[in-house]
Amino acid sequence: MAETVITHPENQEPSEFTLATLDWLPWLAPPEEDALTERQRASLVDAARSKSAYFRLLARDPDILEARTRTDKDIFYNTSSGLPRAERELSAAATSRHNGCIYCASVHARHAVTYAKRPEDVQRLLDVGVGADLGERWNAIIAGAVALTATPIAFGPEHIKRLREAGLDDADIVDVINSAAFFNWANRLMLSLGEPAQREQ
Amino acid sequence: MTNPDIIDTLAGLAPGSPLATIRDRKPVTRQQAQASYVALFEPADSGDVTLPERFAVAVFVAALHAQDEIAAFYADGLARSQPPEGLIAAIRTQGALARSSGPYGAFPKGRLSVEDVAGPIFRVTEPHRGVLGARLAAALAHTHLLVFHPRDASAAALQELLDAGWSNAGIVTLSQLVAFLAFQIRTVVGLRALAAAGT
Repeated sequence: MAETVITHPENQEPSEFTLATLDWLPWLAPPEEDALTERQRASLVDAARSKSAYFRLLARDPDILEARTRTDKDIFYNTSSGLPRAERELSAAATSRHNGCIYCASVHARHAVTYAKRPEDVQRLLDVGVGADLGERWNAIIAGAVALTATPIAFGPEHIKRLREAGLDDADIVDVINSAAFFNWANRLMLSLGEPAQREQ
Repeated sequence: MTNPDIIDTLAGLAPGSPLATIRDRKPVTRQQAQASYVALFEPADSGDVTLPERFAVAVFVAALHAQDEIAAFYADGLARSQPPEGLIAAIRTQGALARSSGPYGAFPKGRLSVEDVAGPIFRVTEPHRGVLGARLAAALAHTHLLVFHPRDASAAALQELLDAGWSNAGIVTLSQLVAFLAFQIRTVVGLRALAAAGT
């Protein structure tokens, strides 16, 4: 007999992009915390993620979850070279804004604020969208992320030229590519396996 | 796991080339992107999603991105996975029929509704439904949703997969497949563009 989805008829989904912390409700049953196998637990990488319905659900396929998580962390946290963390988060937030992942955009817009200390500009990205004028360097990064997010992909020599003119070298541009490409992965998981919810204050 | 690095291969980056050298500086990113490919396409245990299903979805995703070379790479994998008769041709035909331009879709009703963009909903057409079977036909419809209009995703879309015989774990794997490929293809296309731009 077929399994059934979980629906959340009482949930009022957030209907705008926000810097506020949101919750996320799964459409498929995740394993209960105490039912996680050792392999599933290891695939979470951070033990605290066993509290998250999202990561427990993804742990139903532990090998790809673990590789996904380690890819994610290195693309964003490894600042030994390349683009500053703030601008990787900007690329992730712009990608999420363009794909329409309200949950992902909230997380990475908050990170962008933390690292860039430009809360008004990040808020404008959320409010106005990816066409907001945030100064040429940020505009160029956002335009690159948006072009990579299009299907078919629209990223080409004009985006690279603009990024270079804005002061990015090739290692920085690789980080724009990696962070925008990664959020095309993350957005699709978050959007398709559950829905965002306002967090109880 | 003696594979060459798939992203370098698809992007045409030779070892020691400027961009391969930049990638070498972040060995974990490189290794884990490769481990992701291996987890999905050379799984230790294919679980609830067969290898022909995995490669069929990959050929379709690459076709939706209009990336012929990447589609050919995954079609080779599909051919090696001993697919049912006619499957490769059916996937290629459906891939050509399903092309669109994204991201589109609707937001939850409210202030963002002015940003809603309309676009097609894809379903596999006859005569290929028979060749593909109910599971793969449902998977391709879901794949099109995730590639082009992920913000239209819904619990009802997952119910269609369950009704077609997909398990919870199988849906997680399918979602990871499509989502990973969206990443891999963008990384490859981005690196190719950067390599072509010269210095």
